[in-house]
Amino acid sequence: MFYREAGQFKTTYRADMATFPITQDRIGIAIILMVAFTVIPYFGSNFFLHAIMIPFLIFALAAIGLNILTGYTGLLSLGTGGFMGVGAYACYKLATIFPEVHILIWVVTSGFVSAAVGIVFGLPSLRIKGFYLAVATLASQFFLSWCFIRIPWLVNYNVSNAIEVPRRTLFGVHVTGPEATPHARYFVVLAIVVAMTWLASNLVRGRIGRMWMAVRDMDIAAELMGIKLLNTKLLAFAVSSFYCGVAGAMLVFLYYGSAEATAFSINQSFAILSMVIIGGLGSLLGSFLGAALIFMLPLLLPPFLGSLGLSIQAATAEHLSFMVIGALIVFFLIVEPHGLARLWQIAKQKLRVWPYPY
Amino acid sequence: MLCVKPYSMFCKIFIIPFYEMWELPDIFVQTLWEGLVGGTLYSLIALGFVLIFKASGVFNFAQGIMVVFAALSLVGLHAIGVPAILALALTVLIMLVLAFAIERVVLRPLVNQPDIILFMATFGLTYFLIGFGELIFGGDPKVMITKQLYIPTGTLSFDFAGGRVEMQKLDITAVVVASLMVAVLAVFFSKTRIGRALRAVADSHKAALSVGISLNQIWIIVWFAAGLVALVTGIMWGARSEVSFALEIIALKALPVLILGGFTSIPGAIVGGLIIGVGEKVGEIYWGPLFGRGIESWLAYMIALVFLLFRPQGLFGEKIIERV
Repeated sequence: MFYREAGQFKTTYRADMATFPITQDRIGIAIILMVAFTVIPYFGSNFFLHAIMIPFLIFALAAIGLNILTGYTGLLSLGTGGFMGVGAYACYKLATIFPEVHILIWVVTSGFVSAAVGIVFGLPSLRIKGFYLAVATLASQFFLSWCFIRIPWLVNYNVSNAIEVPRRTLFGVHVTGPEATPHARYFVVLAIVVAMTWLASNLVRGRIGRMWMAVRDMDIAAELMGIKLLNTKLLAFAVSSFYCGVAGAMLVFLYYGSAEATAFSINQSFAILSMVIIGGLGSLLGSFLGAALIFMLPLLLPPFLGSLGLSIQAATAEHLSFMVIGALIVFFLIVEPHGLARLWQIAKQKLRVWPYPY
Repeated sequence: MLCVKPYSMFCKIFIIPFYEMWELPDIFVQTLWEGLVGGTLYSLIALGFVLIFKASGVFNFAQGIMVVFAALSLVGLHAIGVPAILALALTVLIMLVLAFAIERVVLRPLVNQPDIILFMATFGLTYFLIGFGELIFGGDPKVMITKQLYIPTGTLSFDFAGGRVEMQKLDITAVVVASLMVAVLAVFFSKTRIGRALRAVADSHKAALSVGISLNQIWIIVWFAAGLVALVTGIMWGARSEVSFALEIIALKALPVLILGGFTSIPGAIVGGLIIGVGEKVGEIYWGPLFGRGIESWLAYMIALVFLLFRPQGLFGEKIIERV
C-alpha cells in the first residue's frame, strides 16, 4: 500500500531508465538528502558530526569502492587499506607541492594516483581467481604499508613520520586543518560522498556495470560474449581504487587531521571488507548499511554494556565488545547471508502488500 | 670482485649478495637453517588452513587465533596449578569442544552458502576468540612452559667452513615434530577409514553424503585436527618467542605459503613453507639493506605472486578446470 508502483506509467525511454523510476523512491531519497543536509547539521552536536557522521560517510565511500570490485566484479580484494593510503599520501604530496591549487581538487584527483596503483596491482587478477587473488592482493597491502613507513619522501621528511594536514579554506571557511569546524568538514564530506555515490549508481547500472556483473557471474562466458576481460577487470580495479583513494584522502584530511601509516594497515582492509559483506555484496545501499553497522558497533557497545548495570571495568567491556562484534557478524551472516541490503528489499515487499500480506 | 663498478645498482642486486654467500659460507648456512626453521613453522600454520579448506572448502581465517587460543589455554591451565601433561590433555579437550561448537553454531547454519560468506564467518569467529581469550587469560604476554613439557632447550653449535653455525635445540625439535606431524597426517589421510571419508568430502560434498558419510561428523574431525595442529604450532612458536595475541599475525605470514603450495595440498604446504621461509630470510639478510630493512613483511607475498603468475593454482594445487 505504501510502496506500490502500480499506476506509474512511463511514456519515454528516458523516464524508464531514470535512476529512481518509482515516485516513492524519489520522495524517500529527497527526504534522506534533506535530512542529511539540513536536519543533521542543524541539530547534531559537534561530537555527533565529528565522531560519527563524518567517519561513517567516509567509510561508506570506501565500502562502495570495494563493493565495485568485490560485489559487482567478483574480485575479492584485501588491499583496500593500502589503496586508501595511496590516496591519502598522494593528496598530501600534491597539496604540499602545489599549495596554490585548492585542496579539495587534490582530495578528488588523488584518487587517480590510487587508480593507477590499483591497475598495477590488479594485473595478477587476469591469471588468479578467488581466494588466491585475495591473498595476492594482500601483497599490495603489505607492500604499500611498507612503502608508507619506509619512504620518508612521502611525508616530506617530517620528524613525526606522519601526514600533517595543512590549513586550507573554502569560501573563507576553514575546511581542513585544526581550525575547521565539524560542520564545515561535514558538508564537504557529504557533498563528495553524495556526488560519488550518484556517479557509482550510474556506473553500475550502465554498460560498464553490466560488463562487471557479467564477469562476476562467469568470466569465460562473458569473454565469449565479447567482453574484454583485461579491460573490464582492470577498469574495476581502477574505479574501485579511485573510490578508496578519495576515501583515504578524506579520512586523513577531513577526519583524522594527521595520520601515520598504521591508519592504512591490514585491519582497515578487513574492516572495509566486513562492511561490504555484512552490508550486502553488489549493493550501494548495502555499503552504507554495512559501514553504519561495523563502524558504530564498537562505539555503541561499551556504553551499552555499561548501561546494563553490571559494574565491569573498561578493559573487560572492551573484550566483551570484541566478543559481541564477532558473534554479531556470525549472527548477521546466518540470518541474512545476502547482507543488510536484502532486509530493505524484504521490507519493501512487505510495504507493497500491506495490510493484506499473502 | 667481478664488478666493474662496484657501487652500481646492478652490481648491488645481482653480484655482491652472491659473492657474500660464497665468501662466508658459515653465515649463509646459518641463514639457510633459520629460514628452514621459520619455514617449518609457517608450514604448520598452513597445514591447519589446508586441512579445513580440503574438507569443507572454508578459508579459515581463524587459524591464527586458534594457535594463540590453544597456547594460551595450555599456559593458563598450567598457571592455575594443573600439571603440564594433564594441562596438555585438557587443552586437547578444549580444542575438541571448540571444534564441536564451531560446527554447531557457525558451520551448520551456513551450509551451502558461498565461500566468501563462510570466510567472513571465520572472520567473526576470530573477533570472538580474541575477545574471549583476552577476557579469560588477559592480554599480557606469557612464557611457554617449555621445560615442563620436556622440550629441550639450549644451543648446538659446530664448526663449519672456518666459522660457527649455531642451532637451537628447540628449533631442531620443531623441525622433528613438524615432520612427524605431517607423516602422521599423511598416513591418517591415506590409510584410515576416516581419512578416506575426509578425502571423499573434499572431492564432492554431495557424492560423499549420498554414500552415507556424515558431513557434520567430518567437519568436527577436521576442525579438531586443525585445532591439534594449532596447538602444536602454538607450543613451538610460543617457545621461540612468547605467547601473546601478536602471534595471531603469523597467520597472515602463512597465507603466501598457502597460495604458493596450493590450498588443497598438504605437501604443497610443506614445500611452500620451506621456500617462503628460506626466501624470506635470505632476502632479508642479503638484499634487505638495499631497500631499507623490513622487506620481510612483503617479500614472501612477492615470491608467491611470481610463482602464481606461472601456476595460478599453486605448485601442488589441483588443476583448475573451467567449464562453460
